[in-house]
Amino acid sequence: MKITVGMGSCGIAAGANKIYSRLEKEIKDRSLNIKLAKVGCIGLCKYEPIVEVYENSNITSYVNVSEDDIPLIIENHLSNNILIEKAIKAKNNNIRNDYFLKNQVRIALSHCGDINPEDINEYVELGGYQALEESIKLKPETIINEIKNSGLRGRGGAGFLTGLKWESAYKVASDIKYVCCNADEGDPGAFMDRAVLEGNPHAIIEAMAIAGYTIGASTGFIYVRSEYPLAVERLKIAIKQAKEKKYIGDNILDSNFSFNVELRLGAGAFVCGEETALIASIEGKRGEPSKKPPFPTTSGIFDKPTLINNVETLANIPQIILNGSDWFNTIGTEKSKGTKVFALGGKINTTGLIEIPIGTPLQKIIEIGGGVLNNKDFKAAQTGGPSGGCIPKELIDIPMDYENLNAIGSMMGSGGLIIMDEDTCMVDIAKFFLAFTVDESCGKCSPCRIGTTRMYEILDRITKGQGEIKDLDELENLATYIKESSLCGLGQSAPNPVLSTLRYFKDEYIEHIENKNCKSNTCNFLTTYIINDEKCIKCGLCYNNCPKNAINKVNDHYEIDQDKCIKCGLCFKNCKFKAINKL
Amino acid sequence: MISIKINDKSFEAEENKTILEVAKEHDIYIPTLCFLKDINENGSCRMCLVAVKGSKKLVTACNTTITDGMEIYTENNKINEYRKKTLELLLSNHNKDCESCIRDKKCELQTLTEKYNASDGKYGLYNGNREIDDSSTYLIRDNNKCILCGRCVNVCQDIQHIGVINKNKRGIKTTIGCAFDFDIKDAPCIACGQCTLVCPTGALTERDDTSKVEAAIKDDKKFVIAATAPSVRVALGEEFGMKVGTNVKGKMVTALTELGFDKVFDINFGADLTIVEEVTELIDRINNNGVLPMFTSCSPGWIKYVEQYHPEMIPNLSTCKSPQQMFGAVMKSYYADKMKLNPKDIVVVGIMPCIAKKYEASKDDDIDVVITTRELGRLLKRKNIDFEKLEDSDFDNPMSIGASTIFGSSGGVMEAALRTLVETVTKKKSKNIDFKEVRGLKGIKEATYDVDEIAVKVAVVNGIGNAKIMIDKIKNNEVDYQFVEFMTCPGGCINGGGQPININKIDNIKELRTKALLDDDKNLPIRKAHENPQIIELYKSYFKKPGSKKAHELLHTSYQKLDKYTKKD
Repeated sequence: MKITVGMGSCGIAAGANKIYSRLEKEIKDRSLNIKLAKVGCIGLCKYEPIVEVYENSNITSYVNVSEDDIPLIIENHLSNNILIEKAIKAKNNNIRNDYFLKNQVRIALSHCGDINPEDINEYVELGGYQALEESIKLKPETIINEIKNSGLRGRGGAGFLTGLKWESAYKVASDIKYVCCNADEGDPGAFMDRAVLEGNPHAIIEAMAIAGYTIGASTGFIYVRSEYPLAVERLKIAIKQAKEKKYIGDNILDSNFSFNVELRLGAGAFVCGEETALIASIEGKRGEPSKKPPFPTTSGIFDKPTLINNVETLANIPQIILNGSDWFNTIGTEKSKGTKVFALGGKINTTGLIEIPIGTPLQKIIEIGGGVLNNKDFKAAQTGGPSGGCIPKELIDIPMDYENLNAIGSMMGSGGLIIMDEDTCMVDIAKFFLAFTVDESCGKCSPCRIGTTRMYEILDRITKGQGEIKDLDELENLATYIKESSLCGLGQSAPNPVLSTLRYFKDEYIEHIENKNCKSNTCNFLTTYIINDEKCIKCGLCYNNCPKNAINKVNDHYEIDQDKCIKCGLCFKNCKFKAINKL
Repeated sequence: MISIKINDKSFEAEENKTILEVAKEHDIYIPTLCFLKDINENGSCRMCLVAVKGSKKLVTACNTTITDGMEIYTENNKINEYRKKTLELLLSNHNKDCESCIRDKKCELQTLTEKYNASDGKYGLYNGNREIDDSSTYLIRDNNKCILCGRCVNVCQDIQHIGVINKNKRGIKTTIGCAFDFDIKDAPCIACGQCTLVCPTGALTERDDTSKVEAAIKDDKKFVIAATAPSVRVALGEEFGMKVGTNVKGKMVTALTELGFDKVFDINFGADLTIVEEVTELIDRINNNGVLPMFTSCSPGWIKYVEQYHPEMIPNLSTCKSPQQMFGAVMKSYYADKMKLNPKDIVVVGIMPCIAKKYEASKDDDIDVVITTRELGRLLKRKNIDFEKLEDSDFDNPMSIGASTIFGSSGGVMEAALRTLVETVTKKKSKNIDFKEVRGLKGIKEATYDVDEIAVKVAVVNGIGNAKIMIDKIKNNEVDYQFVEFMTCPGGCINGGGQPININKIDNIKELRTKALLDDDKNLPIRKAHENPQIIELYKSYFKKPGSKKAHELLHTSYQKLDKYTKKD
């Protein structure tokens, strides 16, 4: 019998460490012959912490496990007669048969949540490093053709054909070349790369070694953000183990090929996910982007040809080598092959990682995610994080691929997918994402540095009821200008959330400006708080919590002094009787 | 050669050139703001965006290389609108106190604003409150005027190899500063002021000391002496729109007299004194197994560099004060005695191409105020002196003669020293006194001269960016020079941090100013320091002989190791 605990950062945040210790203790105290293992994140945030019991060929999954559940879980499996309500009531009680996971096609996320990422043997047992073994017997051209045939496109955002990138790095003659894994995942809400790094780090190392062999590089860098300490730790372990097993290092698998992998930690700047800024950062300089061309495949790290691939892109490589490009080609759409992992979040019933064939309609993704939270109406979905845009309800049938998303003013991006319901204020959403890019702009070029700030100021005015109709023209002018004149991808895409909300929800902007009204009551400055005397029981909680003393007791009842009120909403939050209304 | 089209006109152009370069060759205007040839080519301001047929994106002309068949459009409605917007955004983040800004009318942002009719209030008035670093004695950085072009960072890092400033924070909060936002005075800045030369706006300027000069002149009790460095005379004219490379020595003397200085002397006299003392020291080191190679000590940025970055090389530095400091010391001793003046009533104003001279002067009492060429230009304009129309006049006696005008260009100190060294050692007049091998703008120049059967090996380091290379060579015993000249600024003092801003972006400004100095040298009646009768008289009546005890007291100095970073207050 084997028990696993989902111990990605997410599981740990939900309390998996305590669960693990308790299991360890129980197994020891009861002198049981049970193997206990940590596994990565299976991608079901909603159900963390997750404990799974492997018995013969059965897997029983326990979700939202608390420490106190542990003895029960163990006893359940020892005596086989106590029913635990915590077990997922799906076929065989296995979480993998749950609708959310069952409807996915897992290539990049394969093995995540199944294997112990800190034990290379588990990866090898499942066919790990076989792709590398095969590859080093092949000619580089053969591998490149295989990748090209597969139609794999970069999963970092822009969707450049991976095979072409490999080919151009291969073709440049140079004594030194580098392979670099871009693990600077920075989109708010996106965490698929972290799941792979924490759950199956060897897939990345294997893919990098294949890439190194193919283009003629002997050094690989993994540029990972230091805010991912667990990923860093597991990568360190994985690199060490892979070296011991001679999958990386000198004379890999007794061949002439040598390849070493080094970690480089980023300091948490979003812009360092941009290739040229990432290169500058690795070189020890300030993480600022620079002009392309030259492209990194010609002149990258220390001016040497450098192949930079995103984590999710690399995670596909071993599978393509093992299963062949024809297999990969059958998945996805004509122009976008394979799968895409989305980090599904926002107002959706099941939040988590969802890997589905590219081209799956948004509608279907929402379905897999169990529908909109609280049965509310779907309003829009944001893809591509702060660089992307929104997909409105009328486009819910749109197949999600690179071209379609670009055409509607959004983008695939790294895969954040945020579902918004009828209660979402789209002006506020645009402001939220813009605030992120304003903060993350490196400050090098003027349009992005100052332009996004000025856009933010206009949005801020609108959400405070101080906007004018002509502001909308200025917003659009600035947005177009910033898109076309910024130096790097961050600036060129920063206005997207504003442009796409202006495109599909202009009426909301106008409502904010002309009627000084936020229909969803999100924009605090446009909200008036009023006490409903009928529901009020005069407990005084609102009175006591108001930071501005804006609530007065007048003749036995409470009134809000609108002049003093700063719309903080504390009264609304504190009222237990729903006696405070937002107007 | 490849063919390209600019605005539908065909041109043949060399491969590997940028769009901007080709456009410039054909007098096609493309606006630039952050761009500065060889220093800043990062395309950060976006003013030079142009359209290329077939390309979805606009490209920056300054750093985009032409390709065969490329069709470029340097202007259209959209591009012009975007340029205007870029300016309006920059203005919205820029403190526009143009009227009182010392870069008024010499500001690249202002010029473009006028050209593109950009509105400075389009995005609200600037109400920022960024830190103004006025901690040092020599420069002021006002980040409220900074447009983050990056020129200062690059000149400090890539040209001078000092790298004491960079961008701090990011996005709209980005500012230029030292590591950990340390004040300049607490950071290992060598005070060269090259950053003030390249700044397109008034964000980086010399510390203005003109009011100190005005106050001294006004004060009847003070005897105010102006002493001008050689490089000032070949650059001051630029402040009044005169051609680069015009020698305005005579007008400068007249102008200074009109400003109300009691005496106008030539620092070249101090330079001659330096040469005589320095050559004496060198001969002494050679004869008595002293530390060699000896390093020149007249460039104060270089001195600060050694004290902060290479204190182990302090023994190599000549103990001679710089010409400026020697001059001041002589004014307050010999000259005060001679004129029966109380040294305390003498105000010596150094007029320098250099902002590090302000730092140097702040270390002791030899010199009271230092103003740069730029500040002198401002003083004269303030007095409504019509500079171009001034008559020429001569420096006042008895410090009117100086053989060492070439001090101002790289190799000049070495050449002046060699002229004296050869004749002092051989005790013969030499026919040829031009030592052309040490002239020019190469980073490191080397020469060997046969002096009385001794091979004198010398080297000249042009620009502090090359200093480490030389120091490493010396430490590794790869070279065995006896004497090495170091100049902080590329090209020497003619390109000093206090010189007029190259507002018209003249590519060969260093060459033109150097030529003017060499021409000045050619026309001097006395071209050898040791033959300067006023120097001979000074030694005869005061110091007795070069290297005497008295000379050491007044004309020599000592150095000390300085910490790179000092604790923030």
